[in-house]
Amino acid sequence: MATGLPPAAGEARSEPQPRRTQIGPLAEVVEVLDSLPGGGLILTTVESALNWGRASSLWPLTFGLACCAIEMMAAFASRFDLDRLGVIPRATPRQADLMIVAGRCSIKMAPIVRRLWEQMPEPRYVISMGSCATCGGPFFYDNYSILKGVDQVVPVDVYVPGCPPRPEALIEGILKLQERIKKEPFLRRQAYAARDGQAGAR
Amino acid sequence: MPLRTEELLLNMGPQHPSTHGVLRLVLTLDGENITDVRPDIGYLHSSVEKMMEHRTYVQNVALTDRGMDYLIALNNEAAYCLAVEALAGVEVPERARYIRVIFQELNRIASHLVWLGTWGIDLGATTVFLWCFRERERVLDLFEQVTGGRLHHVYFRIGGVYADVPDGWTGACRDFLDYFLPRVDEYHQLLTQNPIFEARTRGVGVIGRREAAAMGASGPVARASGIAYDVRKAAPYEVYDRLEFDVPVQTSGDCLARYLVRLEEMRQSVRIIRQALKDLPAGEVRARVPVAMKPPRGEVYVRTESPRGTLGMYVVSDGGETPYRVKIRAPSFSNLYALTEMMRGWKIADIIAILGSIDIVLSDVDR
Repeated sequence: MATGLPPAAGEARSEPQPRRTQIGPLAEVVEVLDSLPGGGLILTTVESALNWGRASSLWPLTFGLACCAIEMMAAFASRFDLDRLGVIPRATPRQADLMIVAGRCSIKMAPIVRRLWEQMPEPRYVISMGSCATCGGPFFYDNYSILKGVDQVVPVDVYVPGCPPRPEALIEGILKLQERIKKEPFLRRQAYAARDGQAGAR
Repeated sequence: MPLRTEELLLNMGPQHPSTHGVLRLVLTLDGENITDVRPDIGYLHSSVEKMMEHRTYVQNVALTDRGMDYLIALNNEAAYCLAVEALAGVEVPERARYIRVIFQELNRIASHLVWLGTWGIDLGATTVFLWCFRERERVLDLFEQVTGGRLHHVYFRIGGVYADVPDGWTGACRDFLDYFLPRVDEYHQLLTQNPIFEARTRGVGVIGRREAAAMGASGPVARASGIAYDVRKAAPYEVYDRLEFDVPVQTSGDCLARYLVRLEEMRQSVRIIRQALKDLPAGEVRARVPVAMKPPRGEVYVRTESPRGTLGMYVVSDGGETPYRVKIRAPSFSNLYALTEMMRGWKIADIIAILGSIDIVLSDVDR
């Protein structure tokens, strides 16, 4: 079965297919290390170093929907300067690991937001910026075209309230996300996901 | 054997760093030349006109901020308030009318700065973006001192403005104007004399006077094609008839002309604000208007000059507490369709320069 080919039609899948992860062949090393006495300590140290690196270079997708995008641009610009947190906007989802959904998302736009999220490499994170992206906000009632919260199409990690949130609020949201990334059991999650053939860190 | 070619359909957007929002352009290409452009809009349709039918006249001011063009919240509020005031026959105090003019012109400066910065990035000049946003933050500080908001203010009310400007604000505003005017010259130094910028904009995306008028283009796009039309001059509202300013007009109709018109508009805005600050009368800032106001049956159409062009507001009242119908004549919508004329025959690389030069906001297009 270990041919790497997808199962032919009619052929039953006897074992879970190995899944490509971010850490590749290291998955087995991680698994062995985790079972050894004292191995957990080494693993956690390596993990925190890795996580520090990941948290300090969050690359968001430049993807503005509405008003909040202007505040997002202001956060990248002169006064607030998000670059100092290592947050550098990328124009393509393939190079981004953070999606800032800035603004109201219409029902027509929702499938595109989903597709952009799917095009981003794992592990990926989503910040819902502003009340429209969080729950529909001022467009909640009497409205036929706006999605009532972007978490209906993509999983959201951090919600930033405000209409629109000030750039400081967005920076706070990014700092909250960084804290969260720093605590993630990144290596272990990837390793066990590889073993179990499930989706890894989303 | 003769070589056969076929046309290529290319999708640009809705997620594209240079479409300034969620615009999708379906381009028909012959090699690298654009033969046809079809804008696909509606990715940000927020049904704000329908929502307005469900809210009272006073509540709707908040919707004009968000549902319409979000860069020029105060200009939208002004258009809506003027329409309802004309419908209900509300007399606005003199001081409030001057304050409204000051804020609309400040918002024009802020909006043009965002346009210049983002267009600069599109054309590869990152410095312009950082400089423009530096100045824009100072405008937003001025807004924040008065309205409490940076982008959405809900400051204008039917019958005036919410509250008077705080002590010392006019001084701060004058300081900003003194600081800002030399910055416009800096933008000229940075961009106008830059050979790369010039090569990418001069003679690119030309739209003639007749075509611009036929497409319903207005604002800087029309004025760059030689149509000397500005609602502030043609049908003055607020106190624009008492203030002296020029309407910048260019005749070449290319990207460079649209850029020059907007830069000059910023200078003229400074001139208007200075006069308004000088003439600012004392007195009340808000007329007494009932919260549950019921304008008499009737309809009204009000035109204003927003930074993007003629912003019209058509309000129908059936005598109830909510408008029967609100229709917004959005300048970006008409200007977007002038794009088709501008782009035909140009290369793919010019799309970004042309699209950026018409300064559309998708929230204004889709509403």
